[in-house]
Amino acid sequence: MNKPLRRVAVFCGLLILALLARVNYVQFIQADQLQNDKNNRRVAINQFAQPRGDIIVDGHAITGHTTTTGSDFKYKRTYVDGPMWAPVTGYASQAYGTTFLEGVEDKFLTGNDDRLFFNRTIDLLTGKQKQGGNVVTTLNAKAQEAAFKGLGNKKGAVAAIDPRTGAILAMASTPSYDPSSFAGNSTTDEKNWVGLDKKNNTDDPMLNRALRQTYPPGSTFKLVTAAAALESGKVTDINAPTQSPQKYTLPNTRTQLINEGNIPCQNATLVDALRYSCNTVFGKLGAEMGEKTMLDEAEKFGFNNEQFVPVRASASNFDKNMTPDDVALSSIGQFDTAATPLQMAMVASAIANNGTLMQPYEVDKLVAPNLSTIAQTSPKKLSQPLSAQNAQKLQQMMEKVVKSGTGTKAQISGVRVGGKTGTAQHGVNNDQKPYAWFVSYAMTDQGSPVAVAVVVEDGSANRDDITGGGLAAPIAKSVMEAVLNK
Amino acid sequence: MSTSNTTITSIGAPNRRNTELALLVFAVAIPVFAYANVGLAKNNSVPAGLLGYGLGLGALAGIAHLLVRKFAPYADPLMLPIATLLNGLGLVLIWRLDQEPRLGKAMAPNQLLWSTLGVALFVAVLVFLKDHRILQRYTYISMFLSLALLVAPVFFPAVYGARIWITLPGIGSLQPGEFAKIIITVFFAGYLMVKRDALALASRRFMGLYLPRGRDLGPILVIWAMSMLILVFETDLGTSLLFFGLFVIMLYVATERTSWIVFGLLLSAGGAAVVGSAEPHVKVRVQDWLHPLKLAANGGVTETAQSMYAFGSGGLFGSGLGQGYSRLIGGIAPKSDYILATVGEELGLAGLMAVLLLYALLIERGIRTALAARDPFGKLLAIGLSGAFALQVFVVAGGVTGLIPLTGMTMPFLAQGGSSVIANWALVAILLRISDTARRPAPSPAPSPDAEATQVVRSQ
Repeated sequence: MNKPLRRVAVFCGLLILALLARVNYVQFIQADQLQNDKNNRRVAINQFAQPRGDIIVDGHAITGHTTTTGSDFKYKRTYVDGPMWAPVTGYASQAYGTTFLEGVEDKFLTGNDDRLFFNRTIDLLTGKQKQGGNVVTTLNAKAQEAAFKGLGNKKGAVAAIDPRTGAILAMASTPSYDPSSFAGNSTTDEKNWVGLDKKNNTDDPMLNRALRQTYPPGSTFKLVTAAAALESGKVTDINAPTQSPQKYTLPNTRTQLINEGNIPCQNATLVDALRYSCNTVFGKLGAEMGEKTMLDEAEKFGFNNEQFVPVRASASNFDKNMTPDDVALSSIGQFDTAATPLQMAMVASAIANNGTLMQPYEVDKLVAPNLSTIAQTSPKKLSQPLSAQNAQKLQQMMEKVVKSGTGTKAQISGVRVGGKTGTAQHGVNNDQKPYAWFVSYAMTDQGSPVAVAVVVEDGSANRDDITGGGLAAPIAKSVMEAVLNK
Repeated sequence: MSTSNTTITSIGAPNRRNTELALLVFAVAIPVFAYANVGLAKNNSVPAGLLGYGLGLGALAGIAHLLVRKFAPYADPLMLPIATLLNGLGLVLIWRLDQEPRLGKAMAPNQLLWSTLGVALFVAVLVFLKDHRILQRYTYISMFLSLALLVAPVFFPAVYGARIWITLPGIGSLQPGEFAKIIITVFFAGYLMVKRDALALASRRFMGLYLPRGRDLGPILVIWAMSMLILVFETDLGTSLLFFGLFVIMLYVATERTSWIVFGLLLSAGGAAVVGSAEPHVKVRVQDWLHPLKLAANGGVTETAQSMYAFGSGGLFGSGLGQGYSRLIGGIAPKSDYILATVGEELGLAGLMAVLLLYALLIERGIRTALAARDPFGKLLAIGLSGAFALQVFVVAGGVTGLIPLTGMTMPFLAQGGSSVIANWALVAILLRISDTARRPAPSPAPSPDAEATQVVRSQ
């Protein structure tokens, strides 16, 4: 009877072996997948099980935390000046997840990032509570405030960059929302969330217009066309008259492109064409350079690419495969051309930085709870859309715009300011209220510390008043002043 | 009957009671530390009941040990410590889950009461069952008793889709299957001991297999039909699998014929296929097994998915006792069927493997007892009990971890449930009784009066 007994023993051993193999499979091989499964509530519980690390601007936290009771979640996120910083922070809600910096740096803020392993282990050994790391941003609180207050009740967005490094200094979007209002898990939070959701709120306050909304850039795109003309050698002397008619008939069509108002555009020099914002001159230049030259230049400035700052910014658009008349329209920022405010700030920053475009970024460094720096962003060159020489020519042109052109409202005494206005028409037959753009930079002896793009889509303003120079330039001016510390 | 594999010496066989005592110290200390651990993790303080719990568990283990020393001095030294450790850990886990207000009322106090009753039954078996062969006398009574116990739940309302409980208003509910498991093993052992030669030898050869005669086939068909009926009327996949597997194992050991296993597997596979496709309750279980993470019809996360999340979130070393979220499984399940999920999440892969190895060790000691037993009834009884235990561990742990479809059975000693803990203490007691008989030194031969007379005198 012992032989079958031994076999039964082997059989029982196999059963146990199968169980051991299975638990190894589930708890080791499948563990990561199960731990992070979207339906695993532990993910959300862990996110809020310890105070989240803070997002820091100019040495001050713009976030905080408070304890909650009555749910799985121990801590709740709070925000200082929530609506002003919402485009930067995004939200971290117990019920609705995380977005923007709160989302991209979530693991670091919760302390679950692999790079914080050492700190976690030390905390574990010394019996301290697990802590999240802090995210130090490149933003400038004064510039942000100037941008947010400048936009006020108007709908629009501001993006400001330090052209020398690519560091983002301001990123405002209005109308905004307070991420504190739905950070919890209660019925009030739910009500607030539903009220902000774009399905119920046509203003879509949770849209970050500086990064995620593309607008027709209108005349501000003429900067890209001018850069292409200089780089391609189409124009060498910016003070020489161009061969431009008063009314330009688009290639292969009978459509006539005209200028806004009675401005001296016939055979205007490139300087004057930008100063007065001549559609005919730049439309003709674009059509003559052709799609490839224009597309190349636009893409060097960052068009047709998503940017990660590290939050994703939508790709701006310059169409491919266009007919010459569409190229002409695209070259003055119409047709399908569309840009985010960040993109236009990048254009200005490349010009201000003598032709070198720096990769925009908003996270300066990640700091562990014990204040040691875990990761530091070093400025990186993205591309060289134009030579230093040509960039300086374009600077002269843009400074002329502010000095005696359409952008006089952006003048700052004692500082060289270059800018370009834009009034972008949109809608079928341009029947909707146009967007007011202003793109500018300020120049000091140490190079340019700030480039800014402002867009205002104001439904309440009188149609005739919506011009880049009128609505957007003062906002750009106050942002530049804030950075310059004036 | 082949020879026993223990060397029998007439004197000086170590009885290993001191080993048992030393192991018991650990078996009591580990749950006490675990208990303190939970308290510190949940409330930042050593739980108030720690001393009482430690003394209580220590007293139970101590009394059991002293009575083993007195009544079964040569019994296996590992089984009592393992059972104590598992039961102690089970109490800690249930108490830990009691700390979650959403899981309903506290169950640890009752479980402690049941454990005490279990140990009492353990002691009673050791004291009153002087020799396991006495059980052989009750072969047919056992059969009727176990059948009655198995059929009884049909007359009571189903709980969680399975009819495996007898509910007595005001007193509580009883899971007769747990007791039937032991009693039917006694019947099988007694029956097969008598019939094994007939079953093994009188057979026809067909396609390389020895097929039994029709009249010997009767009992196996009856058992098969019975387990299928349990499956259909009580929708209890686990118990029917357990009984059928148990019978096949014992039949194989008794007859040493591989053909019985083939025959048994064919029958069980056929039955399972029919029932699995026809019975809606079983069908749901199979679907849950195939797609464990699929959301329920109402969009919620299923118990199966929650338990998988618990295991996965435990990782290698677990969150630590009291720091997991196995309560998300909800209801009473985390304390009963899914108690291993808490082990997996809070003690990690390491802890879960340790617990599984404890069960493996207990099963191994049971099989070793079967090998060591000197009488066929003892061998069959021991292998039956340890086989049933092994199958139960496999079916429960395999079901909870998603190796096989989930069935409604409880993890012996660990899970909440009075019937289970009491029955399993009795099971261990019977195994200890058999091992005591097996390991007891043979009495030194009495001086024979004929010895002198039959002396061989060598002639020169």
